[in-house]
This record gives sequence, C-alpha cells and structure tokens, in this order.
Amino acid sequence: MLGLNRKDAMLLMVVVLLTLFAPFLLNPFPEGSSLAQFNAGYPDLMQRFVIFGIFAIGFNILFGLTGYLSFGHAAFLGAGSYAGVWMMKLLTMNVIPAIIVSVVVAGLFSLLIGFISLRRSGIYFSILTLAFAQMSFALAYSVLTPITGGETGLQLSLNDPRILGVSSTGDGSIPVTNLFGLEMRDSFEWEVGAWLFTFNAGYYVCAAVMLVAFYVAIRIFRSPFGMMLRAVKSNQQRMNYTGLNPKPYTLAAFVISGMYAGLAGGLMVSMDPLAGAERMFWTASGEVVLMTILGGAGTLIGPVLGAGLIKYMENIVSKINSTILHEWFAFMPDGIEDLLVTLVYPFIGKGWHLTLGIMFMLVVIFLPGGLVEGGQRIGRLFRRRDRKGTGVEAPAAEQRRKTPAE
Amino acid sequence: MDAIILQILNGLDKGSAYALIALGLTLIFGTLGVVNFAHGALFMIGAFCAVTLSRILTLSHTVVDDSRTDFLGNPLKVEVPYVYDWFGQAAGDTIIDWAVPLSILFAIPIMALVGLAMERGLIKHFYKRPHADQILVTFGLAIVLQEIIKYFYGANPIPTPAPDAFRGSFDFGVLLGFDPNTIIYPFWRLVYFAFAMVIIAAVFAFLQFTTFGMVVRAGMADRETVGLLGINIDRRFTVMFAIAAVVAGLAGVMYTPINSPNYHMGMDFLVLSFVVVVVGGMGSLPGAVLAGFLLGILESFASMAAVIDLIPGINQVIIYLVAIVILLTRPRGLMGRKGVMED
Repeated sequence: MLGLNRKDAMLLMVVVLLTLFAPFLLNPFPEGSSLAQFNAGYPDLMQRFVIFGIFAIGFNILFGLTGYLSFGHAAFLGAGSYAGVWMMKLLTMNVIPAIIVSVVVAGLFSLLIGFISLRRSGIYFSILTLAFAQMSFALAYSVLTPITGGETGLQLSLNDPRILGVSSTGDGSIPVTNLFGLEMRDSFEWEVGAWLFTFNAGYYVCAAVMLVAFYVAIRIFRSPFGMMLRAVKSNQQRMNYTGLNPKPYTLAAFVISGMYAGLAGGLMVSMDPLAGAERMFWTASGEVVLMTILGGAGTLIGPVLGAGLIKYMENIVSKINSTILHEWFAFMPDGIEDLLVTLVYPFIGKGWHLTLGIMFMLVVIFLPGGLVEGGQRIGRLFRRRDRKGTGVEAPAAEQRRKTPAE
Repeated sequence: MDAIILQILNGLDKGSAYALIALGLTLIFGTLGVVNFAHGALFMIGAFCAVTLSRILTLSHTVVDDSRTDFLGNPLKVEVPYVYDWFGQAAGDTIIDWAVPLSILFAIPIMALVGLAMERGLIKHFYKRPHADQILVTFGLAIVLQEIIKYFYGANPIPTPAPDAFRGSFDFGVLLGFDPNTIIYPFWRLVYFAFAMVIIAAVFAFLQFTTFGMVVRAGMADRETVGLLGINIDRRFTVMFAIAAVVAGLAGVMYTPINSPNYHMGMDFLVLSFVVVVVGGMGSLPGAVLAGFLLGILESFASMAAVIDLIPGINQVIIYLVAIVILLTRPRGLMGRKGVMED
C-alpha cells in the first residue's frame, strides 16, 4: 500500500488511527474527576504533540540515519516561524502560504548552515551547529529587531498591509488564521456522559500534515537514499572507497531535516501567530535532541513518542503540586503520607526536568534505541518461544546498537 | 589607548573563567577522551559551594539580649551566628566577610569527591561508547545536577559578595600614567584574574614537573604503551578528572562575587567554553588557555560602543563568528595536536 511493505503500512495505519482518535484517547478521564488533570486532550496540547512530533521526525532523519548530532536545529524552527508570521502579515491569513514559505525559508537557511557545518563531523559538527544557532538567536534578539520583533517577538498587528485579506476585521480585531475559511481555533465539543471531547480544526490540520511528514519519513527510511545515509553513519571511509561522495547525501539529509523543522515552525505560527527569538535558543535545540533520543533515534515512531512524552510532562506532570500529592496519599497514615510526598515531590511538578534528565540518562545508558527498544525488549521477553521477534522497528534499532554514531 | 587597555582588562575576568573551564574540559578530553557536557554543571556546583559555605557560616541561634529592649520593653532577641561564639565577634565578622575565599578550602574536597563519583560512577562506562553517546549522557547529567541545585537553592540568583577589602574599584590608569578615573577596574576582577593565573600555572607545573604529571602526559600521548609498561594509567586519569572538576569548581567559587550564582550559570558558560576548546584546539592545554583569554578579550572589544556602531550586533556573535572561521580555516584549532579528534 502506498509503496510501503506490510509492516510499514501497519505502522502508518496505527499512527493514522491514533492521531485521528487522539481527542478520545487523550481524554480518558471524565470531567471534574480527580484524575481529569491528566487529560491531555485539549487543542493547544494536542497541536503541540503533533508539531513537535514533526520537528523530532525531521531531526531523526539527520541524527538517526547519518549520526550527525546537530545542537542547533531550533534555529530552523525559529526561521520558519518568522517567515510564517511575515506571510500572514503581508499576504493572507490562510495558513497554506505561511507553511510553504516557512518550509522554503528553513530549507534555504539549513542549506547555508549545513553547507558550512558539514565540512566537519563529530563533535566539531555539533559545536558548529550550536554556534550558528546561538548566533541566529543573538541576532534575532538584538540587531534584527525590525524583522524579528526582538525581545517582544514578532506579532500580528492591526495595521498589517495584508494584500489578500483585511488588516482588521469589522469589529476592530486582528483576523484569525484559517484554512480557506476554516478557522484554526474552531472547535467542536462533544459531551458524552461525563466526558467532554474537543475536536479542534487546527489540531486536525496539524495531524494531517504530520501524517504526510511521517509517510515521507518512512519512504526516506526505506529508500536507497536512506540506505546511503545509514552508510554515512556506519562507515564513511568505506563509502569513499566505493567511489561515493557522502557529502551530498548528508547535506540533503540536513536540508530535509531543516525543512521538517521549518514545517513545524510554520504550523506553530499557524496555530498561534507569534514568533519569538527564544524558539531558537540552544535549549530548544537540546529539547528536540532529548525527544529523539528518548523515543528512539533511528526508529520511525520513536521521535514522535519522545515528543509526546516530553510535551506531556511539560504540560501535565509539571502542574502537580504538593496539595494534589497530599490528596493522593491521603489514605495513608499521616507520617508515611508526609514522607511519601517529600520523596516524590522533587520529581514532579516544577521538578519535572529532574525526572526528564534522569529518564534521559537511563535511556542513553541502558537503552540506546530509546523507548522503542525498551518496548521491543519487553515484547521479546513475552514471545521468546515464538519465532525470533523482529518488530517493525527492529532493523533500525538493531543497526544503531551495532554501528554506533561517529 | 586608555579605552583599549580598559577593554583588555574587562576581557580578562571573563577570559579567565573561560580559560579555567576550557582547561578542565581539555584535561578530561585529553586524558579520558570523553566530551564532558556536564563540565558547566561542575562550575555551577563550585559556585554553590561558596553559597553553601556562606550560609553555614551565618547559621545562627537566637539569644535573648537583656541589655537591649524592643519597642514593647521586652528583652530583644537577636540572632547570633555560631562563629561568634567560637571566635568572638570581630573574628567572626571577618570570617563571614571572607566566606568566598574561604570556600576555596571548602570546595576542593567537595569538587574532588564529585569528580571522582562522576568518573567512577558514570563516565567510566562510556569510554568505549561513541562521542555522541558521551555528549548525550553528560548532557543528561548536567540537566539532573542543575535541577538538583534548583530544588535546594531556588531559581533566583543568590548574591554572594566579595570580602570588604576587595569591594571597591582600583584606578588602574594612574599607575600607567593616564589621567585619574580613565581606567577603573573592580578589585575583585583583578583578584579573579590573578587567581586564575595561579591555578593555571599550578596545573601546568603539576603536569610538567611531577612524576605523576609526567606519567599522565605520557598517557595522553600513548595510553596503551604506558599501560603496557605496568602503570595503572586509568587510576591516574581518574585523578586528573577529579583535578579538572576542582579547577572548574574553583573557577565557580571565585566567580560568585562577579555574577550572582544561579542554577543555569553552568550551561551558559558551557556553550562558550566548548567553543573556546574548539578554537584552542581539542586536546591542547595551552591552546585552551590562550583561546579562553583571547575570546574573552575579543568579546569585550566587540562590545565597545565604537565597534557596535560600526557593525551592529557584533558583540553578541563575535565568539561564534571566530569559532566558525577558525574551524573552517584551521580545523585543528589554534594549537591542536595532530591526530586528536580528526575525522
């Protein structure tokens, strides 16, 4: 189906179903119950899941396949965001041109940076990308203020010269982003018993884009081009000896992953039309590294899982405070309750970064294939007697373990 | 002329910090071959050693002072630091005042322990893993350390003043024959620079003039042969890791009066220190020091008003720009050795 083998088609179908029914799946707890705070099915967060999923899928094409660890990928996301907002300011509030221009601008930007950075490899490449990203951040924050809005960020205003569209709506407010009239913030709410499900137009636009991006990623992974990228990772020298120049392949991978980042940036501003320089800061680049590794670098679904996990922690786990913890452990004797709360508290709520850091370290130490590999290992435990377990992702994870990045 | 001297001086303190951190990074890289992204966290832990010591010194107990009364006529309760009880008020005040320099003594064993624990507990297992994995695991460790500090000390910067004696500024210009008040430089920054020079000299002397240092240098050049000669080079490299941790920690301790420590100061410095290491040349100790001072001074020159007028925004990007140019034209860095981290 669609030029995929059976396993990949299955994986794609699963992802399609998951994204389609995400508003149900992420809202398993009834409204008003004490567990309702774990519901992640609100539009803003669901959009973030898929947008950062796209970002991580793109990063994975570079890091997972070629082994080049870029510490400056957020620069492309930022560049894409700025380009998207400018399209909205100058042309139209329709999201399509904004997204296209974001991808193109990020692609050109990554072509420039990749061309220079890819002259070195290993840690030098990481430092070069980091340096470029930090430079972009510093410039966006200070000198380029007329283009980027500087500290306040780039926002829409009431007197934007929008060529195809109006500067302001009849009631004097800024028009909202739309897709041929379908407003991105439109939501359809459906109440079933105690449950409330929200179906957001913006989310489904993002999800559709994400599915296309995911499909393209599968095709790249399975293509001869993807094989070349794996060759770059496992042994560049041997590749040279067989008469192949690795440079164009890595540059292509870099630009593709930059375009994915730009796509994520474009979607981000399509949902919420403002862009700030902090999106380019190196911690943002570090975050996508965390997502990809946590989920499983070199696997197809891993980066999406990693992105979902981190965004879930950032938005849900971080909201748990000590009062809620006390409520949870209230059934215990007072002394034990206090002890448990004291023990657990540093790891959740505002301390969620600590949990993230520990999880990340554990994954890097014990599970180089990320959560996907963890799942496979558990799966293998259960069906050891069956045929030798080779899941959909096995080849990629296997390869990562055998031929580490260099 | 005076403006140029002033900028050189301004660059020295930041350059000293870069040089110290980069020196430690290079020591670790040169000996163990590990790219340590948690080195900035060590710098930060050092700074928080100073915070901790000054908190310990000001630990107090409440004493009822019968000689004074509050506005209701009750005897006044005053907080008396324990150091007053032990050393008397005058000496106690001096000790509290000198908390930051005293923290050096406090920080050395702590940083050495942290370094040893880090190397034995975690990094040891990553010698054979690829550099990308080393970067990632130490990056994770840096996040963890940073969050632990944040949990105990909060997210806000904690002001930690220098001793009174060094608080003022020093009219450097008069010394060189310029008009008074042209080149004014805070005392503490001079102290920091001198301190950095002493530490750097000590590390180099240790490597150059002791048997231990000689073995370590031999190990850096050819680890296998040294091992074949029956020397336990791993243990010596572990000690070097601890020394690198101490160097980063001391750089952090002494930096506290210049910039109030906060939990992300390590990361802020780390990014730049890596750039410094790469500019200096991976694995070259003199290169790291040279590049540290060079970039510190360049950065302060770039922030002169005249330069910013000429090229806007240059002060923000100069370091990265230099790094990019150096990496592309002189891939080994200023003083990089052959065969270290080459593709």
